[in-house]
Amino acid sequence: MNLQTTSAVELQRLLNDGSLSSRELVDRCAERISDQEPSIGAFLTLSLDTAKAEAAASDERRRRGALLSPWDGIPVAVKDNICTRGLRTTCGSRMLERFVPPYDAAVVERLRTAGLPVLGKTNLDEFAMGSSTENSALQRTCNPRDTQRVPGGSSGGSAAAVAAGESPWALGSDTGGSIRQPAAFCGVVGIKPTYGTVSRYGLVAYASSLDQIGTFGRRVRDAASLLQLIAGHDARDSTSLPAETLQLGSDDPSVRGLRVGLPLEYLEHGLNAEIHQAVMDAVRRLEEAGAVVQELRLPLTDYAVETYYLIATAEASSNLARYDGVRYGYRAEADDSRGMFEMSRTEGFGDEVKRRIMLGTYALSAGYYDAYYKKAQQIRTMMRREYESAFEQVDVLLTPTSPTTAFAFGDKSTPLDMYLQDIFTVTSNLVGIPAVSLPCGEDSHKLPIGLQIMGPHFSEARLVETAEWLERQRNGGDSHDL
Amino acid sequence: MYLLINREDVKKTAELARLRLTDDEIDDYQNTLSEILEAANRLQDVDTAAVDPAAHAVESVNVYRDDVPKPGLDRDDVLRNGPHVVDGFFRVPRIMEE
Repeated sequence: MNLQTTSAVELQRLLNDGSLSSRELVDRCAERISDQEPSIGAFLTLSLDTAKAEAAASDERRRRGALLSPWDGIPVAVKDNICTRGLRTTCGSRMLERFVPPYDAAVVERLRTAGLPVLGKTNLDEFAMGSSTENSALQRTCNPRDTQRVPGGSSGGSAAAVAAGESPWALGSDTGGSIRQPAAFCGVVGIKPTYGTVSRYGLVAYASSLDQIGTFGRRVRDAASLLQLIAGHDARDSTSLPAETLQLGSDDPSVRGLRVGLPLEYLEHGLNAEIHQAVMDAVRRLEEAGAVVQELRLPLTDYAVETYYLIATAEASSNLARYDGVRYGYRAEADDSRGMFEMSRTEGFGDEVKRRIMLGTYALSAGYYDAYYKKAQQIRTMMRREYESAFEQVDVLLTPTSPTTAFAFGDKSTPLDMYLQDIFTVTSNLVGIPAVSLPCGEDSHKLPIGLQIMGPHFSEARLVETAEWLERQRNGGDSHDL
Repeated sequence: MYLLINREDVKKTAELARLRLTDDEIDDYQNTLSEILEAANRLQDVDTAAVDPAAHAVESVNVYRDDVPKPGLDRDDVLRNGPHVVDGFFRVPRIMEE
């Protein structure tokens, strides 16, 4: 068994037929982690001793025939902005470097209830603000496909851990592309579900109307299965939807008759030719298999990045007001409370976090509210309508995940350059629709190219089926082994 | 180079956000925020007359849950993260003049 290429579905089979124990599996992950971490740096905190004990307990349950779920015993990595009881949760920030949550996030409760050992917590851009994981105040994470390049972000640690074979699958969070873009950069699958599908209870808030927890896997079915496991209503998150159980995956995925939309705005503006070609190859395969492809226009795409950054930073400036040095987190000493608040925030937050707090505070301040924040919210309404009418004509939209493949450290020199990285991913957060990124080829530097499939609210099953069909095409029919 | 916001705007915003900036940082944020807001001004090209602002991606109404008492978090667990805790309280520097 090659840990780097074996899917969670295959691991499940090996556990079930007795040729592998959970304890052996976690030991193999631990070996792989100690081998890879010096060059990759995906994890901020490891919990391998606990994971080994949990794995042994899983093996015991298996002997008794009392498994907690079909995925009992398969370990997982968790992005470090998701609270884990007793295991430090830093958000990649000096502010929370020593924060140990007194409770588990709802998704972590679900992992535990299903018997999945947690290997550790993965690196991210500070408070999930960034597109390369370079904004982590604690550690650098390198792309396993080329360690001179970034893994993408903000969930760069989770994407890298899965790509490097350190963990079979992982949780991330996606506010403007933070699962899909690192999945594309590292050559793995990432799913951002419909807003409200997964409870945000215990996810450290960045921009609450956009934040959504999702999954990474080496295969579509893996990411979909992990999503299925964490999805569901939770009364502790008032935006959690009373949805039925997600039914994902088909043993015989088909795309015949599927109406596929190609939004031209995502393919113009001098898009990298290799990425364009890889997307068009997928389109051609779909057409040959009986899908109906049509080009269409989504003109508001041109305003997506600006709209997103005004809304996200406004919400961030409000959400991050809680870090004042009083109840948890970094505290600077000062003579009076006002000084203590200011110095704690000034010393505890990194540059990009401060920039976004500043931008959001400005956009919400008297005299600018209508011009920036309200304007962006109005365009958000128009985008929702634009996508609703697109989905009257087509079932799914096919686009590149990112305008580039993985770039080198330090390559995006200004904040605006970095923000423009998110142009293809932010709209699905603004509109709340699900989106999947899966590998669809490589560029001339052997770097993975990501294909994004978006659909209307609650269309996860169709997205997963389409993605799985494309995955089988690329892998010559076998969806479970490379 | 023309900048959309001036140093006073930056200082006032920092004060609202409870951040202290060095002179270099004021310059840096003046530059980068101006550049970002300049880009954001493109939004004025979009006609949004009579469009309601959207605060959420998915329409939702007020959500209620049953008001059932249940145990809260353990106080010691919660206070363990406090930077300065005395006798079950968070201690802060003085908040008003003597």
